[in-house]
Amino acid sequence: MIELKHISKKFGDRNILSDVSSVFGKGQVNLVIGGSGSGKTVLMKCMVGLLEVDEGEILYDNRNFSSLDFKERTPFRKEIGMVFQGGALFDSLDVEKNVMFPLSMFTDMSYEEKMERVNFCLHRVNLVNVNKLQPSELSGGMKKRVAIARAIAPNPKYLFCDEPNSGLDPRTSIVIDNLIKEITLEYDITTVINTHDMNSVLEIGDKITYLHQGKKWWEGTAEEILRTDNKELNGFIFASKLAQSIKKVV
Amino acid sequence: MRWLFHFGQYWLFMKRMMTRPEKFSIYWKQFLRECDNFGYGSLGIVALVSIFTGAVITIQTIYNLTNPLIPMYSVGIVARDSIILEFSPTIICLVLAGKIGSNITSEIGTMRVTEQIDALEIMGINSAAYLVLPKITAAMFIFPFVILLSAFLGITGGYLAGTLTGKISSADFIYGLQNNFIPYNVVFALIKSFVFAYIITTVASYHGFHTQGGALEVGKSSTYAVVYSSILILIGDYVLTQLLLV
Ligand SMILES: Nc1ncnc2c1ncn2[C@@H]1O[C@H](COP(=O)(O)OP(=O)(O)OP(=O)(O)O)[C@@H](O)[C@H]1O
Ligand SMILES: [Mg+2]
Repeated sequence: MIELKHISKKFGDRNILSDVSSVFGKGQVNLVIGGSGSGKTVLMKCMVGLLEVDEGEILYDNRNFSSLDFKERTPFRKEIGMVFQGGALFDSLDVEKNVMFPLSMFTDMSYEEKMERVNFCLHRVNLVNVNKLQPSELSGGMKKRVAIARAIAPNPKYLFCDEPNSGLDPRTSIVIDNLIKEITLEYDITTVINTHDMNSVLEIGDKITYLHQGKKWWEGTAEEILRTDNKELNGFIFASKLAQSIKKVV
Repeated sequence: MRWLFHFGQYWLFMKRMMTRPEKFSIYWKQFLRECDNFGYGSLGIVALVSIFTGAVITIQTIYNLTNPLIPMYSVGIVARDSIILEFSPTIICLVLAGKIGSNITSEIGTMRVTEQIDALEIMGINSAAYLVLPKITAAMFIFPFVILLSAFLGITGGYLAGTLTGKISSADFIYGLQNNFIPYNVVFALIKSFVFAYIITTVASYHGFHTQGGALEVGKSSTYAVVYSSILILIGDYVLTQLLLV
């Protein structure tokens, strides 16, 4: 469980996040949705400690994270996995070494044990026979999946994904969504996903938080989102004609 | 005022970097990889530049030696001293600042803008130490060897150019090389290459690490890295000569 208490963040004198509070539960997929530039990535980077919050607190299972310095956060880091918006694979390493990297860095596993874990994780994201490929030889969807494999390799307790399915075809997107959902349930981890994909919202969202101009505008479940009368949220979700016709049916 | 900001940020970066590596075996692998990259990878250009510049220095010295009172073997002395004192450690390091410096900046800069550095930080790795420390130590270890090789090739180039054109006899040139040789000059050259290795790798890493934006900015950072490390090498050359030689 991750708790955000009154998070605020400024860049210069621009308020990017203002007074955001929320609770992201364990064993469920928590979605943060919002338009481009609404502050989703900034919020996620604050949560994992890549950016420092100006005000507010972040608690990981009741342990205060935001007040710690780089060294003190080390034990938390080993429990955090993150998938970046662009994948962020190490391009000097092949697929196998990318996934193995966190294991080599922080565990004393033997090479065989590491290989077993790597193959397990790659298999988990439906990637076979790509072990020796370089990141530059992968398609966008494969990169995302390798990034997910790398994030889950050390068995994290908290998984963060920044737009895991942006730029993917609808089919692969669903595969990735379901994969994240399965992993979340299977290992009972706390998962936070940034997205603006409405499919994901309806398919896998256990809890949805809507950000608008750096403020939390709405939160609730996937069922509730279809019936909401919040104007901004409706404008955001039902922007397309297809979505509007769904709204009528519901 | 901008340079003052960079100066401060550079030292903070140095401080961040100076920590014990997370895992020594990984650090060691990186170190060897960089040694290969910086040393073996630069041999071609270093050899080419050294041989030709050595040849040019020799021919020009002969050309300027019109006074019959000055013995011919002084060509060997001049070639030896200018190559060991100035040409090999300084000019070759300027060439390497272009080759290795821009390479380091674009590598680290690309990692920055594609969030690979963030990915390292998330895992709890001190990215500055992990990425930069092996490069600095590898360069400081390997540059002195490169410079020694360069001096040897430069003098060989001079010897070949002088003797093959028949402008100086082999005996004269070799006598000049041995005449009044000061071993400390070689030590001085090695100290310089050591310091310049530090300048090139830290300045280049600093610029890569603090790149913001995209591919365009990575290119700009590489240019800055080469320009600033070249300026610092020239200033450092003057300071070291003043301190250690005069
Ligand atoms: N390092 C930074 N310095 C200054 N401003 C920033 C920085 N990072 C983000 N911003 C600003 O913060 C705002 C929110 O950006 P953010 O990346 O969180 O958007 P987002 O919701 O993730 O959008 P998208 O869906 O397009 O990824 C933007 O207006 C952006 O200009
Ligand atoms: Mg974003």
